[in-house]
Amino acid sequence: MDFFRQMWVITRKDLRAELRTKEAINASLAFSLVILVLFSFAFDPTEKETVAMSGGLLWIVFAFAGTLVLNRSFAREVPNDCLDALVAAPISGGALFMGKAAANFALVIAVEFVSLPVFGIFYNVHWTTHFWSLMLVLALGTWGLTVIGTIFSALTVNIRLRELMAPLLVYPMLIPCLMSAMQLSMDLIAGKPLGGENEIWLRLLIAFDVIFTALSLVLVETVLVG
Amino acid sequence: MRAKLIYALGVIAAILLARNLYSIFMQLPDEASQGMIYRIIFFHVPAAITAMLCSAVAFVASILFLFTKNFRYDAVAVAVTEVGLAFLAANLVTGSIWGRIIWGIWWTWDARLTSALVCWLLYAGYLMLRHAIEEPTARARIAAVFNIFAFADVPIVFFSIKWWRTQHPQPVFWGGGSIDPAMYWTAALNLLALILLGVILSLIRLRQEEVQREVDSLRRYAHAV
Amino acid sequence: MHAVAAEGVWKFYGDYPALRDVMLHAEPGACLALIGRNGAGKTTLLRIIGGFSKAGRGQVRIFGNDPRETATRRRMGWIGHGISVYDELSALENLTLFGRLYDLPDPRHAAMDWLERTGLDRVKDGLVREFSRGMRQRLAVARAFLHEPAVLLLDEPFTALDDRAIAVLQRLLREALADGRTVVMSTHQLREALELATHVTLLNRGKTAFQGERTTQMVDDPGWVYAHYGED
Repeated sequence: MDFFRQMWVITRKDLRAELRTKEAINASLAFSLVILVLFSFAFDPTEKETVAMSGGLLWIVFAFAGTLVLNRSFAREVPNDCLDALVAAPISGGALFMGKAAANFALVIAVEFVSLPVFGIFYNVHWTTHFWSLMLVLALGTWGLTVIGTIFSALTVNIRLRELMAPLLVYPMLIPCLMSAMQLSMDLIAGKPLGGENEIWLRLLIAFDVIFTALSLVLVETVLVG
Repeated sequence: MRAKLIYALGVIAAILLARNLYSIFMQLPDEASQGMIYRIIFFHVPAAITAMLCSAVAFVASILFLFTKNFRYDAVAVAVTEVGLAFLAANLVTGSIWGRIIWGIWWTWDARLTSALVCWLLYAGYLMLRHAIEEPTARARIAAVFNIFAFADVPIVFFSIKWWRTQHPQPVFWGGGSIDPAMYWTAALNLLALILLGVILSLIRLRQEEVQREVDSLRRYAHAV
Repeated sequence: MHAVAAEGVWKFYGDYPALRDVMLHAEPGACLALIGRNGAGKTTLLRIIGGFSKAGRGQVRIFGNDPRETATRRRMGWIGHGISVYDELSALENLTLFGRLYDLPDPRHAAMDWLERTGLDRVKDGLVREFSRGMRQRLAVARAFLHEPAVLLLDEPFTALDDRAIAVLQRLLREALADGRTVVMSTHQLREALELATHVTLLNRGKTAFQGERTTQMVDDPGWVYAHYGED
């Protein structure tokens, strides 16, 4: 239980710091709105087309806007050498990682909860047909996004051109996760329920989440201390 | 000693390649539906397999580095990844050429090509990451961790994209499709030739990486004095 | 048992050995001044002792245990080059955070206590980014001492401190030493450090050039150690 308590200390700290400055979350929200607007200029889709591309569009928005939040994760520990204090503290690497991942998850989900209704309004799409299934997909997909984003933020924390590097490394790695989330979201918004044909995507998403969470927990100490 | 090994392997690879090229162009007949261009498959598929072997070796080398901290393994990881990236690029280019001739398009988002492209991006990221870190010990450690993540992602990428698309012609050598035993034999020999080529290139790159490390440490000595 | 013990420590950057077969011992209650020129390896060694990086060869022990173990870290305090507190949080929030991370029974109370002891109680709710330099440094000191660590590791602590902060730090260090705790500090400022030190270790180009008790001669003539054991 020590693990969760320590994790919670980190989560609270990250959320408090972020909500006080609101730098990353504001940028993220603004970016998501900009993408939503730009896409309508780029494609000007018909109603049927919109529903077909809704899954893809939503997750592009979530991935790009989410990255702005995720990159900050360990980057926020660099000024004043705060990362040293966290590494020195009697907290396991896993608890530190999960604490940050949980905070990131909350922030990215918040951005998604705003983007989704806006998307519905701008593109005139009814997305609440399978609301709870969609929420499940949102949660699973966002967790995959968060885990990779957070561990790569740790990986690149001391690197030159960190802001540029992290996204370049993260996106190829996320392709299976984003693809699954896109397929599932597309089906759910079109009115098809979970199960049957798209169950395979759900399983892939869960497998992705489990594998990379485990891998991150195992390797985070090596990344931070070596 | 290593130079001799490289030369010896080079000679064997050259002989094999010559023999294969002769076989591919002179002896084997045109394929029923595809004509001349099918011969590219003797390079396209072995290149992919060699690239996969390279990624597996890099993965093992990365893990060994993290456990032993021996820089030899880090050098192997980067050498083999670069070579694998080159072979994967060859795979993509030959696939693209083949597609242009057969399907009339330079690129198509079918399962195999797309997966190969994504894997190429993943490992290109590995090289970019290495370039961004100056200090050798940190670079080796961070790169090794990234390599482990990349390798874990490769099968997931393949499966996900496969489920997403199926336009690739039925695999000629695995699952369905019957082929002339002569072609199979030539393909296997060419695989061997390409693997030998991969080993040679990796050894050369490995040597270069180790010299680079030595130069780097000498430079630090010089600065310290 | 030594409070801090480094045996046969090597640290490699690629093939280049930044630390070569370094040995360092500090007994409980000792104040060890780690001195050496720039680039000698002081920070590298201290960071290995603190558990921030791993030695290529050799081992480090804090009271016989690995510095990376959670239980050991609970007994260690660190002041590095940065202040290691968050700009966006208040002084009280920062210290309470670290109090929680270090499992203190009453983090808030301990935080208030240490804010008083470092003269920051009046600005406890002020955000760190609004603090003056001296205040930030005193907060860093409070953070390091908060959990009453048995071993304090300080990397050039007197550099860039203003007079008030130096006075606070010296007072706290004397109290800690009187309490039987151990201090290892790397330093350029020989005078302030040597006054407090009971032992001295000189690092030269990654090697231990001298280790022994601090003598009055060293305090009177800070360059003495360098002159006798320094450059080759």
